[in-house]
Amino acid sequence: MANADIRVSVIGGGLAGLMTTIKIAEQGHRVDLFSLVPVRRSHSVCAQGGINGAVNTKGEGDSPLVHFDDTIYGGDFLANQPPVRAMCEMAPAIIYMFDRMGVPFSRTAEGLIDFRRFGGTKHHRTAFAGASTGQQLLYALDEQVRRFEVEGLVTKYEWWEFLSAVLDDNQVCRGLTAMNLRTLEVKAFPSDAIVMATGGVGSIFGKSTNSVICTGSAQAALYQQGVKYANGEFIQVHPTAIPGEDKLRLMSESARGEGGRVWVPKKQGDERDPSSIPESERWYFLEEKYPAYGNLVPRDIATREIFQACLDGYGVGGGNMVYLDLTHIPAETLDRKLGAILEIYEKFVGDDPRHTPMKIFPGMHYTMGGIWVDYDQMTNVPGVFAVGECDYSIHGANRLGANSLLSCIYAGIVTGKAAVNHATGAGRGETLNGLHEAELKRQVAINEKLKNQRGPENAYSLHEEMGKWMTDHVTVVRYNKKLEETDAKLQELIERFDGIDINEKIYWATQALPHARQLYNMLLLARAITLGALNRNESRGAHYKPDFPARNDEQFLKTTIATYSREGPEFSYEPVDISQIKPRPRKYDVDKKAS
Amino acid sequence: MADTVRLKIKRQDGPDTSARWEEFEVPHRKGENLLTCLMDIQKNPVTADGKPTTPVVWESNCLEEVCGACTMVINGRVRQGCTALVDKIEQPIKVEPMTKFPVVRDLMVDRSRMFESLKKVHAWIDIDGTHDLGPGPRVAPDVQQTRYVLSTCMTCGCCLEACPQINPRSQFIGAAALNQVRLFNEHPSGALHKDVRLEAIMDDGGISDCGNAQNCVQVCPKNIPLTDSIAALYRETTWYGLFSWLKR
Ligand SMILES: Cc1cc2nc3c(=O)[nH]c(=O)nc-3n(C[C@H](O)[C@H](O)[C@H](O)COP(=O)(O)OP(=O)(O)OC[C@H]3O[C@@H](n4cnc5c(N)ncnc54)[C@H](O)[C@@H]3O)c2cc1C
Ligand code: SF4
Repeated sequence: MANADIRVSVIGGGLAGLMTTIKIAEQGHRVDLFSLVPVRRSHSVCAQGGINGAVNTKGEGDSPLVHFDDTIYGGDFLANQPPVRAMCEMAPAIIYMFDRMGVPFSRTAEGLIDFRRFGGTKHHRTAFAGASTGQQLLYALDEQVRRFEVEGLVTKYEWWEFLSAVLDDNQVCRGLTAMNLRTLEVKAFPSDAIVMATGGVGSIFGKSTNSVICTGSAQAALYQQGVKYANGEFIQVHPTAIPGEDKLRLMSESARGEGGRVWVPKKQGDERDPSSIPESERWYFLEEKYPAYGNLVPRDIATREIFQACLDGYGVGGGNMVYLDLTHIPAETLDRKLGAILEIYEKFVGDDPRHTPMKIFPGMHYTMGGIWVDYDQMTNVPGVFAVGECDYSIHGANRLGANSLLSCIYAGIVTGKAAVNHATGAGRGETLNGLHEAELKRQVAINEKLKNQRGPENAYSLHEEMGKWMTDHVTVVRYNKKLEETDAKLQELIERFDGIDINEKIYWATQALPHARQLYNMLLLARAITLGALNRNESRGAHYKPDFPARNDEQFLKTTIATYSREGPEFSYEPVDISQIKPRPRKYDVDKKAS
Repeated sequence: MADTVRLKIKRQDGPDTSARWEEFEVPHRKGENLLTCLMDIQKNPVTADGKPTTPVVWESNCLEEVCGACTMVINGRVRQGCTALVDKIEQPIKVEPMTKFPVVRDLMVDRSRMFESLKKVHAWIDIDGTHDLGPGPRVAPDVQQTRYVLSTCMTCGCCLEACPQINPRSQFIGAAALNQVRLFNEHPSGALHKDVRLEAIMDDGGISDCGNAQNCVQVCPKNIPLTDSIAALYRETTWYGLFSWLKR
């Protein structure tokens, strides 16, 4: 076994973390894999729609270069172009890899992988497995990792929460600390490189389409240790979520991809049953305004249009909802292509979308921003890598549907190599030393403080308050005055945090203490997101300010970088690598001219 | 409809402590699920008779019935908490942890035996590596459709909870793991290692421990045809047994 003496830790067992783990294990190295939950239950299971790759099996003239252009254009030119191009070129091979792992991709009559069309493209480029592609892809990787576990190369630490990195005097990573979520034991793990694969930040917005474990807490912990956080203000709101009391459930873009039509009654406040409203009295506003892409405009545009229609009083019954209609498509076709997601709607809402138009509204969905990384996926702290939704690369100002699963895998593949290279060069972290001891003490002290603290505040209520402010003011439409007020609110919540009582005397398997720790971290990251948005006086991709409605390349074609300080986030900017595709205005009412 | 929801929750502080029941009354919201009620208790951990208590511990991630985490016994039926719509179930809602797995705390149980079973039955395809080797074998659409359904198993544990053959003294791996054998054996390259999986389930705790009660298929939230999978494996293992005997 080659170089069995190096040790890499991967934090997170979603698609990105598992891919990284496999790539490292394949090179014969040991991996410690940490996750809040059994990795097979990671948030990646939620992805419904599919994964992109320009395989061009439909003879539409698709190619990785067209995919590259769609991604850059969809991201409103904020992404550094070299890694995006590399990802698009790798995409067909990534889909084939999953195919060999046995993923039950939907098939054509000839037994080939079938592809569907997603938002922001004119090509059938999205491979899918029924309507639970993420689940199927995650299981495939989980199975391969289990194989390495049996071989002894992978050690899983499930039910462990990453707390912090262990950094030496030169700010080089030497390991990490983590907490056992059953015993609450805090332990230091020596490591020559750590790879963060901790996913999204939905929980900062209270209710979102994310799993409840997507808090961004790990990213925020590293941010406090000096890791740069980039483009935090770019938060994707999905146009079609099903509003719920506990969460916003996604209605996948594939519903529009398979022909779903978005409409509202032409008459404001129309109380009639949707099926009794004749065609002539329905307003298909996306089709009308964007004839070239129709219902398949990218997410940011669909979101704003739906939001605006409701704001103007056209929402169903005057409320915050529009129709997403599939009833014109035969039920058998729907069952075959969208079965699982229609079941979700039926199960959680109680109506049958085959016969009644669904009611949907935009919901917080994805963070384009995240931990800053270089083209080897390494952060500014040597030895700390980041992959997947928690890193900022690839998607620019707006992510195209079905590109995220792809970016998770691409990042994992790149990092598998890069982390091993780094670890081989740096390999000194194998032994525990004073550095680990000191970091351990610092983390234990945080727990002790929370256990002993008494006061009138409840962490779950503070969390709800944060979520509401972030959703109301830092999602679809942003006003500087509201962003300032939100930041003031966040600072108030940070102060009130010292008054929380976790209401817990039994520490075995408690969720109260870990939650309180996560909440504190989320509050700090929320500030970086909010102030990043405040500083960016333009509209680009998912970031939209009515007072600055145009993209401003002269001033803002640059990456936002937030660096932690005790006084609050400090901002700097970095130029974007636009060496391959020259920025051009982004318009979806006419066909995109690919360059 | 009343504007509150009444719940009776079985609480247990740890694996070795005894259980007790606590009652709660939380605000009612239209269309909410059971987990929303548990979230309300977190915000105000006080019982129906006004006694302060600890927040209830349970497992949940996706809230969309795809991660399998929030399985519990609700009004006597094993199911996911996220799909238990309050307006559709009788109150007081009785909530208990599953009984076939060790309790960790409150509604949280330890299902690691299910993941261990996946190791036992060789639940993966032996690929040569993740480097680019081109596409996999062609698969007929009907084979894909059969496999897809089998592959939606979210390791939730309902089928084990409902199975009379699963108890602290039995080694039976249960329907979920058996179904995985069929899933991989029906894939063209998975079939190359069919025998390894068949042998695994012909061992102790394997297919012969199935008592054919058929409870599993009734409780599976993903409607996986578990009894079909088991029947198919019966045939396969019988043939395999006969065949390897003839070869001897
Ligand atoms: C409803 C929904 C549908 C989607 N559909 C699609 C789609 O069709 N196509 C597409 O391309 N994208 C889709 N996306 C986006 C995509 O699913 C995610 O971006 C992607 O799965 C993220 O994967 P990941 O590996 O980065 O993180 P995750 O899958 O979120 O995994 C994070 C991992 O980190 C672990 N973790 C987190 N914090 C810690 C900590 N402190 N300590 C230890 N472990 C930790 C977790 O346990 C978990 O294992 C969808 C997203 C949602 C919400
Ligand atoms: S087979 Fe069905 S019931 Fe059993 S674990 Fe899988 S999803 Fe749950």
